[in-house]
Amino acid sequence: MTQAFRIENGGLINKDKKLSFKFNGKTYLGYEGDTLASALLANGVHLVGRSFKYHRPRGFFGAGVDEPYAVVQLYRNGETEPNIKATEQELFEGLEAKSVNCWPSVNFDIGAINNFLRIFLPAGFYYKTFMWPKSFWYRIYEPFIRKAAGLGVASTKHDKERYEHKYEYCDLLIAGSGPSGLAGAYAAAKNGAKVILAEDKPRFGGSLLTSDVTIGNQSGKDWAEGIIAELKTMPNVVVKNRSQIFGYYDHNMLVMSEKVSDHLPSTKKYHPNKRLWYIRAKEVLISSGSIERPIVFGNNDTPGVMLSSAAKEYLKVYGVLVGRKPLVFTNNDSGYETAIEFKKHGVDPVVLDSRKNPESEIIDEAKNLGINIKNSYVVVAAQGYKKVKSADIASISEDKKLLGKIENIQCDCICVSGFWTPTIHLASQSGNKTKFKEEIDAFVPGQSKQNEITLGAASGVFSLEETLKTSFTVGSELSKKITENDNKIAIPNVVEKKSSQHDKFWCVPLPKGKNYKRFLDFQNDVAVSDVEIALREGYRSIEHVKRYTTLGMATDQGKTSNLNGLQLVSEIENKVVPAVGHTTFRPPYTPVSIGAIVGREVGKHSKPTRKSPMHSWHEKNNAVFVDAGVWLRPRYYKRGNENLFEGSKREAKNVRTNVGVCDVTTLGKIDIKGPDAAELLNRVYTNAWLKLPVGKARYGVMLREDGIVMDDGTTTRISENHYHMTTTTAQAANVLSHLEYYLQLVWPELNVNVVSTTEQWAGAAIAGPKSRDLLQKLFPNSDVSNEGLPFMGYMEGDLFGVKARIYRISFSGELAYEVNVESDYGNFMWEKIIEVGEEFNIQPYGTEALSTLRIEMGHVAGSELDGRTIPFDNALEGLVSKKKDFIGKRSLQRSAFIAEDRQRIVGVVPLDKQTSIPEGSHLVKDDKAPLPNPKLGHISASCWSVEYDNPFSLAILKDGKNMIGQKLFAMSPLKNKVIPVEIVSSHYVDPKGERVRS
Amino acid sequence: MLYINCPHCGMRSQNEFSYGGDASVKRPELNKEVSDQEWDNFVYNRKSLRGKHLELWQHISGCRQWIKVERDTATHEIFRTFKADEEVA
Ligand SMILES: [Zn+2]
Repeated sequence: MTQAFRIENGGLINKDKKLSFKFNGKTYLGYEGDTLASALLANGVHLVGRSFKYHRPRGFFGAGVDEPYAVVQLYRNGETEPNIKATEQELFEGLEAKSVNCWPSVNFDIGAINNFLRIFLPAGFYYKTFMWPKSFWYRIYEPFIRKAAGLGVASTKHDKERYEHKYEYCDLLIAGSGPSGLAGAYAAAKNGAKVILAEDKPRFGGSLLTSDVTIGNQSGKDWAEGIIAELKTMPNVVVKNRSQIFGYYDHNMLVMSEKVSDHLPSTKKYHPNKRLWYIRAKEVLISSGSIERPIVFGNNDTPGVMLSSAAKEYLKVYGVLVGRKPLVFTNNDSGYETAIEFKKHGVDPVVLDSRKNPESEIIDEAKNLGINIKNSYVVVAAQGYKKVKSADIASISEDKKLLGKIENIQCDCICVSGFWTPTIHLASQSGNKTKFKEEIDAFVPGQSKQNEITLGAASGVFSLEETLKTSFTVGSELSKKITENDNKIAIPNVVEKKSSQHDKFWCVPLPKGKNYKRFLDFQNDVAVSDVEIALREGYRSIEHVKRYTTLGMATDQGKTSNLNGLQLVSEIENKVVPAVGHTTFRPPYTPVSIGAIVGREVGKHSKPTRKSPMHSWHEKNNAVFVDAGVWLRPRYYKRGNENLFEGSKREAKNVRTNVGVCDVTTLGKIDIKGPDAAELLNRVYTNAWLKLPVGKARYGVMLREDGIVMDDGTTTRISENHYHMTTTTAQAANVLSHLEYYLQLVWPELNVNVVSTTEQWAGAAIAGPKSRDLLQKLFPNSDVSNEGLPFMGYMEGDLFGVKARIYRISFSGELAYEVNVESDYGNFMWEKIIEVGEEFNIQPYGTEALSTLRIEMGHVAGSELDGRTIPFDNALEGLVSKKKDFIGKRSLQRSAFIAEDRQRIVGVVPLDKQTSIPEGSHLVKDDKAPLPNPKLGHISASCWSVEYDNPFSLAILKDGKNMIGQKLFAMSPLKNKVIPVEIVSSHYVDPKGERVRS
Repeated sequence: MLYINCPHCGMRSQNEFSYGGDASVKRPELNKEVSDQEWDNFVYNRKSLRGKHLELWQHISGCRQWIKVERDTATHEIFRTFKADEEVA
């Protein structure tokens, strides 16, 4: 394959290094430094895809981030990525890409039939055509649209690439390395400011790479290279290419996506694929330049029609001719620059200028080179289907309403220049109120809201001399404010050609009797006629027109289409453009890979994993783990081929008959100290706390101010002014914040300090009839008899030389103790308990057995304290003091909370004593009632009772108090189950609570 | 992401804080008779102001102090921040 459109000399690519790549299965050659787009164009490939709606052939329109057409599916190192712009993708050896939006192939595309059935697809076609009959949507329309008009296919494989996040702070962040960015960065860097300069392209320099200017006796390109080289040596400067600042957020936080590895055949070891930078900048210089805008004419989407600046860039940067018979269609001097470049490389362009008699240095140069220039001439329509073959051109009247006789002229590309649109996205995202600048027919940043300044072309200033002067000055002054250095910089001399006024002309009228499609939005196929329809149908707000027609809603976010769309609306509506206003710019400026946004927070890194000090013992003893918030807890300890049901039943039974030990380290623990500690507890808990003696624990319930139960747990008085509070695993963080809230804001007069000690203590619950015998052996020097350590008692003990805290508290309903030691001794404690407990047939038990034990006893937990229940609902009203005030007490007087038939916890047993009731099942009176069947309550927790050897559940049931003995149905549509049940007391086992006191 | 000046720690990013709602809400005193209306106003009714708003934040991944932040709910501009016990003039 020859690169027939590559010029002999010129371009910034490395011609010593050939690269081979594949496009749609065919092999081509390009050079190092090419983009996929430039390499394809060098090989004469212009057809790269099909348009979204009509599936018209599409080629290349731009040369960078603004590209609306050339979106490809990329294959790299065994992975695939959709939605890659060929104009941004750098070439590497072995690159493979395929067209999207074509089915079955780019050359024969079934969807192109839409082009001939246009009657179905005008503006709003999704709303109108595909809405009815409704049943057709999922079965017929959507699959068809998806298949025929996707934007590539996401990989279904696990992404092997790594993505990183980085947080940075700087004095000045500079977005764009064109002349204004370089000057601003250089001046600020010289004053010692911490500078980050970001460039989205691989090469620095922006417009200086392609413009014919001199800065201080150097070409613009050489000057840019010199500045970059110097900046790179400065320790206070970070210079980043391939890095797109895509979002400007609150308080000068900007986010940048750095493509670390996309230009390489595969990612290097230890390197990320992309790096997302969160940058908090004191000042931001927006030097994002401008994007050329198209002129609208018939069939202006034909491959071979492209921006004149893109044609120039392909020639100057990549040494590629986009055609050998170019037609340049312009309303300003920029088109001439492109024509001159063609001419210099031996190609004869024809220039059509919509202006009558323009005069400037650039035009003179073109004339002197003998370029064929036709004034007051326009392209009426491009001809050719898969590639431009010729153009219908005509003269145009001064008022731009009447076309002369149409002539046909041979050409193989049409380079369009409709003047320049400043890239104001970042400024607008920052909250800057943009304003319309009449002289350039475009919006520019107005009053800054945050610390941001827009410079150069992005601010609508197209003179290099003025841009450099302002940017050096701004860079100096902003940095001086921060660093207080004031290094004067000599502003270099600039030689640039003066240009003349552009023509306020953007759309060629349709010739009589012709119905050419004239496209505004090239990616979403929005034509002039679509916007006309939208307005005719009554849409007025530009935001509505946008959504109805999808103008500017494609992945290119209308970078080339927005302004022409506004021009059209303003013309039809007879309003000025600023009165129409532009749609809101939102981040991201350009599509960002989801992987980069997620970063490393994937899989097990998506949240921290907390493990107790005994974790490795659990692992070694076949624990099957379960997620409990961010903790990993043993669910059961598997023996042989046991399943969860068998294992947990065995463990629970052993607690009821012998003794078991459970890791309760995960419980939240809060140390409370101070002379007013008791008073705080008294206000936080619903029950009384002022008279709790030292060495005693008490169970407490705390409410939110709205009367809903927040958490429960035991708190122990360790010494006079020292309490140890426990919370549920799930609410530990919330309870601490809750206490801090009241201490800091509501009752600052209370002299109390609270601190989390969850991680300081390892905890083991020892439960079962033989637990006291075991405890006595563990603490031979302590009196742990029923008198020495009664129910809810507390003492300190010596566990083989390790200081331990012993609490006589029970969650299982059995005689039980909880032993705490400092975390580092957790494993020691655990092994001692297992070792000494052997003679009592001790078994460790997991969360499943723990649940069984508490459910049988009617003890509430998270599934009952679910943010919807009050103390009464949980049969905890006995703990609600009538005498004192506490958080949430006043809410308990709400009429719904004191209603006679208020919901309440009950026990539920299936009539057949066999069928387990799925948690979440609804309780109903009549299983045959028509839907929606009135719900009386729901099953909150289910277990297999080891005491009675049948299923048992807890439920929160309306009027639960009076429902004991009733027969209802538990219905689970999810599990397709209807189970006849009987309502019983929630205290299924040991209703008098004798065991815990035994 | 907001940039919040913790009066105890200095400028910190929003992800170190958790939001605590309207700072002008005053809890009725303990053991005081409170009408249904007063209590509802305390527990539920908020103005949801557009504009300058005094609100609570807790520096949860920092000093753990509750602070008051004067912020514009529409523009996110932060005007001043206060310690919990500081009077807002
Ligand atoms: Zn702080």
